[in-house]
Amino acid sequence: MNITEFMPFAVLLPLIAAPVVALLPGRLAPWIFAWLSAAGALLIAALTLIAVFDGEILRYAFGNWPAPIGIEYRVDAASGFVALLITAMATLMLGWGRASVNREVPERQGAFYALFLLAFAGLMGITLTGDIFNVFVFLEISSLATYALIAHGRDRRALLAAFRYLIMGTVGATFLLIGIGFLYIMTGTLNMMDLAERLPAVGESRVLQVGLAFIVVGMALKLALFPLHLWLPNAYTFAPSVVSAFIAATATKVALYVLLRFIFTVFAPEYSFTALPLAAAFTVLAIAAMFAGSWMALFQDNLKRLLAYSSVAQVGYMVLGVSLVTVMGLTASFLHLFNHGLMKGALFVAAGIIFHQTGSVKVADMRGLGRVMPWTFTGFALAGVSLIGIPPTAGFISKWALISAAIDADQTWMVALILISSLMALAYIAHIIEVAWMQPRPKGAPVVKEASAELLLPLWLLVAANFYFGIDTRLTLGGATAAAEALLGGGGL
Amino acid sequence: MNILSLFNYWAVIGLMMIGYYCVIVRGNMVKKIIGLGIFQTSVFILFISAGKVLGGSTPILRDGVEIYSNPLPHVLILTAIVVGVATTAVGLALAVRVQEAFGSIDDDALDRHATEDEA
Repeated sequence: MNITEFMPFAVLLPLIAAPVVALLPGRLAPWIFAWLSAAGALLIAALTLIAVFDGEILRYAFGNWPAPIGIEYRVDAASGFVALLITAMATLMLGWGRASVNREVPERQGAFYALFLLAFAGLMGITLTGDIFNVFVFLEISSLATYALIAHGRDRRALLAAFRYLIMGTVGATFLLIGIGFLYIMTGTLNMMDLAERLPAVGESRVLQVGLAFIVVGMALKLALFPLHLWLPNAYTFAPSVVSAFIAATATKVALYVLLRFIFTVFAPEYSFTALPLAAAFTVLAIAAMFAGSWMALFQDNLKRLLAYSSVAQVGYMVLGVSLVTVMGLTASFLHLFNHGLMKGALFVAAGIIFHQTGSVKVADMRGLGRVMPWTFTGFALAGVSLIGIPPTAGFISKWALISAAIDADQTWMVALILISSLMALAYIAHIIEVAWMQPRPKGAPVVKEASAELLLPLWLLVAANFYFGIDTRLTLGGATAAAEALLGGGGL
Repeated sequence: MNILSLFNYWAVIGLMMIGYYCVIVRGNMVKKIIGLGIFQTSVFILFISAGKVLGGSTPILRDGVEIYSNPLPHVLILTAIVVGVATTAVGLALAVRVQEAFGSIDDDALDRHATEDEA
């Protein structure tokens, strides 16, 4: 048994399972099959991460055509780390999602789960592949499936959100394709490692510069980096709960991973950050995102949209870490990428449970609910604590890493901005808690019951993970450091 | 190298801007999808025209031919065309659903309906 032989199945399992699931009748069979394929992928991703943790690189040549002729999957610590997050989230969300999907997508669930698996397989493919054209194809597989998933929302505005995401997402992906085209024209190869070797020989070239610019802007669109985040709030708000939770925890992270892969592995950081003023641009946009996102979140009366704007702010933290161009900064980014998946996953799951029980995610409808649904709202509050970054939670660890990285890079002024933005997170999370616990349930409000254990268990698993990774950071900090070193090769600018 | 020898790139840029303009300015969903299609097609032409080797023959192995054009961009674009068709299909399907749900596919009217739903 060699893990290299099995690693591609982390992508192939959900990809092959998708058409089967689409054909299965009823509700139970598609769900079981989808969950099993996700769990299988999780197992493979976990074994893969163990294998690459110490800096080893797994390479699998499809059809035995060695790279650069054939397409290869190439997994280092960075891809293994992101793959573990995606598979873990897919397994958890599918496990949690059955009751939620039964309520929100009552018909043709086979097709719904098939789309979910396609989105999942696409994200995995982006993460594991070592070929830049393959990245584009998998990006579109996952994006197209995501558009269709968002359109499954019960509210008719879900259709508009999906369409606008489709327009902006396709423009972003096409920008990536233009960039890939320029790289191919200049080097004649599509393999990432091969590109990394040949690009320095091309030297100073306007074509490469433009190609890099197209790739950065295209991926910034998919990543929802402020001010290219306009598709995100409505897409997260109107998608079915399970879809919101899954894409909030994974999709923007994978876009960030692609961006990092391009600027650090394909183009060396020495090139990317001198050919374009990326560090300055990322710093400004990240800080703008932190404040604009948190500021907008303060005024939302819809819980899911509040969380979506909070995601815009959190993307800011991740990009801020990248803008430092140090191993510590990148480590903080990867750490927050993982930890934010955990906390936003938990918060969106809590929002999904609230919707499942009450049929509304309006903040005004949550008055007094804390005492009626104590388990749900306690879980929400604890995940919120992690979002704000209070010890001992995973959120604290990533904020701490980001602040240390900023100080280490002599950018002490960033610390104040990170703290202010965290205080804004405290304000919007505290507002929800205040409404749910302190305000009385209005007279004549519909009778609401606490959710079943089936719904609560995944939420509490995620909450527990938030606290576990706030105390035992061997996996997250170790994985993030290994990922950052894999990208920067131990060096920096 | 004069401007004319780069005419394929001028064609690409022209089409790209027409498509992009259409996506941004048009309020009608179907016209936006048409614009998106033109935008994507311009990128296909960028790839295909870059694969042509001057004086090269079609990439089919036969006697007496030494220089072949590069067939790889064609293969890549075959995949990209499939992606583009799928995008158009999803976009049009959404436009149909929007027409059913809102009775319009025009941006201004849709924004109005969405604001009404908000209240």
